[in-house]
Amino acid sequence: MKTSSLFKAALAGFSILFAGSAFAQPIKIGLGEALTGTLSGGGKASLLGLEMWRDDVNAKGGLLGRKVELIYYDDQSSATTTPGIYTKLLDVDKVDLIIAPYATVPTAPIMPLVKQRGLLLMGNFSFQVNHTVKHDMWFNNLPFGNAKTWFDGYFKLGQKLGVKTIAFLAADQEFAQNLANGAKEIAKQLGLKTVYEQNYPPTTVDFSAMIQAIRSARPDLVFVCSYPNDSVAIVRAVNEIGVGDSVRMFGGGMVGLQYAPIMESLGSMLNGIVNYNSYVPERTMEFPGIKDFLNRYAKQAVEAKVDPLGYYLPPFSYAIGQMLEQSITATKSLNQKVLAQYLRTHEMKTIVGPIRFGPDGERAQPVVPMIQFRGVLDNDLEQFRQPGKQVILAPEQYKTGDLIAPFEKARKS
Amino acid sequence: MFSFDLLLNAVVAGVLLGCFYTAVSIGLSMSFGLLDVPNIAHPAVLVLGAYGTFLLGQQGMDPILAGVILMPVFFLLGIGMYRFYYETFARRGANAELRGIAFFFGVSFVIEVVLILIFGVDQRMVEASYIGRGLSFGEVRMPMRMLVAFGMAIALTVCLALYLTKTFTGRAIRAVAQDEAALRLMGANPVRIKQWAFGLATAVSALAGALLIIVGPVEPSLDRIYIGRTFCVVVLAGLGSMTGTLLAGLTLGVSESIVLTMFGASWSQAVSFGLLLLVLGVRPQGMFGK
Repeated sequence: MKTSSLFKAALAGFSILFAGSAFAQPIKIGLGEALTGTLSGGGKASLLGLEMWRDDVNAKGGLLGRKVELIYYDDQSSATTTPGIYTKLLDVDKVDLIIAPYATVPTAPIMPLVKQRGLLLMGNFSFQVNHTVKHDMWFNNLPFGNAKTWFDGYFKLGQKLGVKTIAFLAADQEFAQNLANGAKEIAKQLGLKTVYEQNYPPTTVDFSAMIQAIRSARPDLVFVCSYPNDSVAIVRAVNEIGVGDSVRMFGGGMVGLQYAPIMESLGSMLNGIVNYNSYVPERTMEFPGIKDFLNRYAKQAVEAKVDPLGYYLPPFSYAIGQMLEQSITATKSLNQKVLAQYLRTHEMKTIVGPIRFGPDGERAQPVVPMIQFRGVLDNDLEQFRQPGKQVILAPEQYKTGDLIAPFEKARKS
Repeated sequence: MFSFDLLLNAVVAGVLLGCFYTAVSIGLSMSFGLLDVPNIAHPAVLVLGAYGTFLLGQQGMDPILAGVILMPVFFLLGIGMYRFYYETFARRGANAELRGIAFFFGVSFVIEVVLILIFGVDQRMVEASYIGRGLSFGEVRMPMRMLVAFGMAIALTVCLALYLTKTFTGRAIRAVAQDEAALRLMGANPVRIKQWAFGLATAVSALAGALLIIVGPVEPSLDRIYIGRTFCVVVLAGLGSMTGTLLAGLTLGVSESIVLTMFGASWSQAVSFGLLLLVLGVRPQGMFGK
């Protein structure tokens, strides 16, 4: 009798201990991230956004009573490292969930692996990586949709101006070319005549000759698809050489003009350019929680030496965490199929607005704020925290101003 | 459709670009071309110079002045680097060049990581009255920042060419490149001469780094873009020729610019490296090498 009681007590003790250790076991979320290399500017800022979500959710007691732990490795901005990183995350670190690395190139090679294993994958600003793979458990936070929806707003603005001719300038890399091809299709549908087309190598140092050639071609519309360093060089060359009086609108798909250090350095040279963005601090984009996030981010960004404004990527990384949080809390499960089903069928509430996914795992309703830089001064980062510097021209539901054209007039705005 | 104005602008842009290529390659022309040191870290040192310029620029200093001020610091850095390379690789004989490549490759990675830790990964730029402005002469337009690169490249080439031909140390540097043993028999210490020359090459890279950040934004990994181009200029020129480096830079810049304007930008680099292969096939010692 006495032995039996002792046995029961020991069993109860073990049960409590076992339960306790299970309670302490965190939910592991794994990812590769560009912490070095060409994508690291975005990668590090993106990671900070995700870490802020982890801290917030853990401060509220975690998920399903368990703390959340992020396990990440530097993918060096390379496509060659990510398959190994994700295999390690899954087989060695035994993570519960995975998030894709920032950007298209490092994400594309892990898609077959993820599809083969039937895993839920939250995409992080990847473009058309699920286009051919067609994985039904892919959910991308990129708000832009496909190449056509991305620049739909830009061309509609051009249409209103009555443009007839167009010049294309695009980096000779997969991402930029995909975008440029989408833009060319729209231009063709609108009956625009291409008067200049140039695909430049990504190592191009100086764009003077190209801007001079655009000037000579006298287009109505100039569409640019460039990477950060090229974008800076192009904006400078436009300022130095000038694109001529014929140009009604200039910009489109210039990556980098969303990053604080570049915006601050280019200053007034940005004025008049019409370009895509993901989030800008205009009154129409004041979603619940975004201001609080950005205020807290601004303080942490200084220490982390990342983009001090953090409009472009970090809120969307935070949104990935929010979507996982909402799905796990609602389904009370970590089963990837269950979570994917929930993500597929429910609207997600995030700091970047409500998100609903289409059958391909991309946004059901893409949102591409097409902004025009206005009244930007030199050497003033703080000005970009105020509304009115990046006026939203499209889409209609977020619009905060009308386009100023032609480009030369807009440059003086 | 052919346009004479466009061609003229392409040639002018090519000359300016070629001079910029010269400026960023001339340090390598000394270290690799004259001294036979496989300095793969040269572009990383350029980027280091650019970040030094950025730091001084934050204090309101003109980028060119900042580059000049950084030169003595980089001279000492170069001396230290060569001494380390000599003691650990060159002195030990066999396969020194091959192991030296690994050493300088390591140096470039260390520089990149240190820059990431200190400055982060974002692009950095400087400001000056000549950045973002252009000059026009009729239909010919040119950016002032490229004119600065043009002027600096000419000045650097002339100064280095005069130094190497008119001064005792300069002639000693050329002698060590031609026959190290003969120099030693004449009582000179080739290691010290090489150390001095490598310091000089690194100092020149500080100024070239200033030009790098004047011409465009820099980031820690920018060196990867310049490895191929700088070595291409130096090999095309013929190892160790300063005026040859200028002419090779101009050849590369003008051919890239014309091909870009007339046939498309995608062809421009293929033509540059095709030109390199052609020259090496016909004249293995380079266009201006002996």
